[in-house]
Amino acid sequence: MSVQQPIKIAILAMGGEGGGVLADWIVDLGEHQGWHAQTTSVPGVAQRTGATIYYVELLPPAPQPTTRQPVLALMPMPGDVDVVLCSELMEAGRAVQRGLVTPQRTTLITSTHRVYAIAEKAAMGDGRVNDEVLVQHAREAAQKLVSFDMARTAEESGSVISAVLFGALCGVGALPFSRADFEATIERGGVGVKPSLKAFGRGCQAALGQDAPAAEPAATVPTPAPQTAAVAALLQRVEREHRPACQHVVREGVRRLIDYQDTAYAALYLDRLAALVRQAGADEDTLVRETARHLALWMSYEDTIRVADLKTRDSRFQRVQGEVRAKADQQLHINEFMHPRIEEVCETLPAALGRWLARPHALHRLVARFTREGRVIRTSSLRGFALLWLLSRWRVARRSTLRYVQENQRIEHWVQRVQALAASHPALALEVARLQRLVKGYGDTHARGLRNYQTLLGVLDRHGATLAPAQLARLRDAALADEHGKALQAALQQQALHA
Amino acid sequence: MAERSFVEEVKKLRLGAGEVFSGEGILAVTKALLESGVAYVAGYQGAPISHLMDVLADAQDILTDHGIRFENSASEATAAATLAASVNYPLRGAVTFKATVGTNVASDALANLASGGVLGGALIIVGEDYGEGSSIMQERSHAFAMKSQMWLLDPRPNLPCIVQAVKDGFDLSEASSTPVMLQLRIRACHVHGQFVASDNRKSAFTLQQALAEPQRDVNRIVLPPASFLHEKEKVEQRWPAAVRFIQERQLNEFFAEDADDVGVVVQGGTYNTLIRALNHLGLADVYGESQLPLYVMNVAYPLVDAEFERFCQGKRAILVLEEGQPNFVEQNVADILRRLGSTTTLHGKDLLPLAGEYNTATLLKGLTAFLQQYGKLAPEPKARKMIPLVAAPAATSAELAANVHARPPGFCTGCPERPIFTAMKLVERELGPHHVTADIGCHLFSILPPFNIGATTMGYGLGAASAAAFNVPGGRRAISVMGDGGFWHNGLTSGIANAVFNRSDNLTIVVDNSYTSATGGQDILSSKALNATRSTGHAIEQAVRGVGVRWVRTLKRTYDLKAMTATLREALTTKEKGPKVLVAQSECMLNKQRREKPQVRKAVAAGQRVVRERFGVDPDTCTGDHSCIRLSGCPSLTIKPNPDPLRTDPVAAVQDSCVGCGLCGEVSHAAVLCPSFYRAEIVTNPTRGDRLRQRVRQAVIGWLQRRDAQRRAQLAF
Repeated sequence: MSVQQPIKIAILAMGGEGGGVLADWIVDLGEHQGWHAQTTSVPGVAQRTGATIYYVELLPPAPQPTTRQPVLALMPMPGDVDVVLCSELMEAGRAVQRGLVTPQRTTLITSTHRVYAIAEKAAMGDGRVNDEVLVQHAREAAQKLVSFDMARTAEESGSVISAVLFGALCGVGALPFSRADFEATIERGGVGVKPSLKAFGRGCQAALGQDAPAAEPAATVPTPAPQTAAVAALLQRVEREHRPACQHVVREGVRRLIDYQDTAYAALYLDRLAALVRQAGADEDTLVRETARHLALWMSYEDTIRVADLKTRDSRFQRVQGEVRAKADQQLHINEFMHPRIEEVCETLPAALGRWLARPHALHRLVARFTREGRVIRTSSLRGFALLWLLSRWRVARRSTLRYVQENQRIEHWVQRVQALAASHPALALEVARLQRLVKGYGDTHARGLRNYQTLLGVLDRHGATLAPAQLARLRDAALADEHGKALQAALQQQALHA
Repeated sequence: MAERSFVEEVKKLRLGAGEVFSGEGILAVTKALLESGVAYVAGYQGAPISHLMDVLADAQDILTDHGIRFENSASEATAAATLAASVNYPLRGAVTFKATVGTNVASDALANLASGGVLGGALIIVGEDYGEGSSIMQERSHAFAMKSQMWLLDPRPNLPCIVQAVKDGFDLSEASSTPVMLQLRIRACHVHGQFVASDNRKSAFTLQQALAEPQRDVNRIVLPPASFLHEKEKVEQRWPAAVRFIQERQLNEFFAEDADDVGVVVQGGTYNTLIRALNHLGLADVYGESQLPLYVMNVAYPLVDAEFERFCQGKRAILVLEEGQPNFVEQNVADILRRLGSTTTLHGKDLLPLAGEYNTATLLKGLTAFLQQYGKLAPEPKARKMIPLVAAPAATSAELAANVHARPPGFCTGCPERPIFTAMKLVERELGPHHVTADIGCHLFSILPPFNIGATTMGYGLGAASAAAFNVPGGRRAISVMGDGGFWHNGLTSGIANAVFNRSDNLTIVVDNSYTSATGGQDILSSKALNATRSTGHAIEQAVRGVGVRWVRTLKRTYDLKAMTATLREALTTKEKGPKVLVAQSECMLNKQRREKPQVRKAVAAGQRVVRERFGVDPDTCTGDHSCIRLSGCPSLTIKPNPDPLRTDPVAAVQDSCVGCGLCGEVSHAAVLCPSFYRAEIVTNPTRGDRLRQRVRQAVIGWLQRRDAQRRAQLAF
């Protein structure tokens, strides 16, 4: 009986990522060296972005002449795979989960970039899984792990991930073929040879460890260099009024609010925080930091003025240019999808006028009719730009707008709640501060968030300090669990808080 | 236009004797058909046999050379009925479809065909979609072979064996006047391998000859009293003839027959997995040299009693490896052994799982139990040192499981079907949830997140039919979804005409994307494409009106969310009685891109003005609620870390793979989401007028922007 064993290779990829091309390359590579090669897969509908496995077996020519053909398997067996290639990090996790990666023998080659699964993308807050856990498990499970961001490598070489993976397979030395053999395979393929070879080379080098990415340089915080006295005074206040552990966040808050309105507004922000610091214990850094963060976000609520301001900036035009990869000899037009409803119109007007227009009368109906439908505004045209630019100038009157009055009331109320609890029950105060996370978005989304926020404040009112901070945190998570508020209702009932 | 072009593969169909064919299993079958001298081929596409159909579609010239008629059948039933050509004439014919869904649809024709029997060889090639990665209910074709008494081949999964099985299949069919099914599992269809080709053969008898001199034999028609005679003929003549042929031709194989006093019986399709399992036990090498007696049934039905008698001679026990349930083969073997008065003990499902795919690990476990029972392996077998099957500790696997999500297939980037379901979600907000019956096709992905729409799927084209009971006064209307593929397959009659006749009040949405997209983008009657060999351009709306539907709306652009929601709202609330049909048209984006991309490249190279559109999200106005994703689910609409130092929730982002279908913008308008979406138009080769306008704009806008930037710079720190 022959003791020969094939080399077993599993490729885990998502449909449309070129896993099939990679498998074909490996087969062609083997066959060209006189090896037996077999590959198979289950394409079907999996090609439409679903996860799928391609399986390859390579057997060297028989040492003695034989009349029998090798009998190769059609699917990988857990514990019996030599090389696993993954086009994405979660797929590497899946390979480990399926037992295809074993410390005794498996070389795991994976890209570390993420293609988020639908559950991660659709979460109302942050539904991403922990990449660290995936990497950790991959490292523990594999005999040898080669991992780097192959999507970036592919992008930089103008090619696709399969070419990078093929290069890494060459570089890691798991197959007894030379680099020239690998490259000849790509050349025989005849499609996009040049970029594929470039990506292959980068992948190969990375696997060899010659191109090991240097550790991310620690982000150095540049020393603030204020240009004006007013800004300098604000920064001095930050240093004076806050412990070093909190200064960074507070400074970012100040930066945000100057950018949002003016230095006076940033001063109001510092006043509000100062009041909290006075109440809180000396070492309540987390409470102060989180409140500082959420207060800055709330005070820079997204009104029409803010949106118009952000949309018309030169930095934004440049960002779009880069993002859509428009080249210098191409022209770029930017069209915004706006949907100002009568609510937004009223909110942008001075408070009294806004309140009046919000009441049902002929003018209200007329404005409502004109704002029923969304509009596409071309910011890159003179008319569109002028419209948004003028709206952004309305910043000078922001403090008089209806929206400002409303938001200011809510902010004051919320800040006072946090302050009131800061001394007696800092853990609960922290959770109250974090409730701001519920209030986000625009239009219906904003209304829904605000409703949930108010529901939870109501719970706080009724139960006061008898409410455990963890309970409030659970309710907040429940409010972010689904759009229809079912999870929140269930959580309220479960905790018997709907009194 | 099929998803893949097979121009390269088609060349392989011309290979002559002695040349080496290298490629996929299902393409080898195509070549084997030509080598067998078929006169006609028909079929219905579907994984895993779509490539067979697609290759033949691209091989019209070869087919013409050989006088072969090739049909893209309307359904599997049509395909099976096509084999009627072999009933009265010595014509070899083959049909192909996906099993068991296709076998189900075809079973009426197959049963009639099997009853009367055939003169020319009739081969039914089924792609057996069973086990991991399957997209259908888990059943087997074996039952169809048994009930109609057709013979079922299940060859070893390598190209030479598969090709031989095709040829043997025709011979067996002719020798026993019975249609023969050739079952190919999904991985066997896609397996890459090689075989030595033979010359192609033309059919000795032609279709023209048949038409010139029509033959009939009333004894071959399923009508009493002939049909009673057919049953007798099956068991008294055709079955024995088949068994004789199988033995003479040695279609089943014995390996290491006398090597031991226990043995294993396996169907050809599972042979490779068995060898790998034995390899792990140290009982076989990679060339299939086994130390354990093996009986490989390349004919899964009928079983050959004499061969079992031979195999069981001198054996204490045999193990039957039979995937799936019920255990037809094992029952049959038990019957044979009982009648023979054999003392050989029979094992099978007592040592192996009743349900599920038999992969190497499963077989290994069953074999180990079997061999331990008969003292062939020590209770803690030393041989197992080769397979370190280490179970991960429970805690770590739980941690991993929490971080590895299922990743089912979904709608492609820019898919025109997605806006239909977005519209349904939006209308649901106003009118409340409706009962939705789904169908087979890409649109079935709507049952998964983020849409979560659809309660049942009863079969291809049966979307509307499965809402038939939900027709009561005062009830909220049920909604059915059906693809254009399902519509032409049978949905027009089983769904629409049925609804007209039974005075249904429900809504049926027909998703018309110009192809049977889920099976690989083949053309159908309503395709817009001009197909040289098929008649296309037949509007679904006309067909629907033709069977008597009054309320029909055709929307020519599914991406128009406003029109889509308005039409849905009207369909669900109109006072008008009778079935409502909404035909939602937009071309399959996968096919559209494949068609248009080369044209665009050409235009750009020729210096023409070309505008590319794509969407984007401004990260500084996105607040990370992801409503847009929940209403779209587009692969190119994703998330990325929030660049804002104060925020933690990831922001939405559009990848460069965006094809600018427009849904993102429509959604943000219709659902009043947020102002973060923008549509970028990138103009390549701008005209002189373009450049002039751009200069003026840049002067004004740039000046204002610089002023603002200066102000901000002053306040920056």
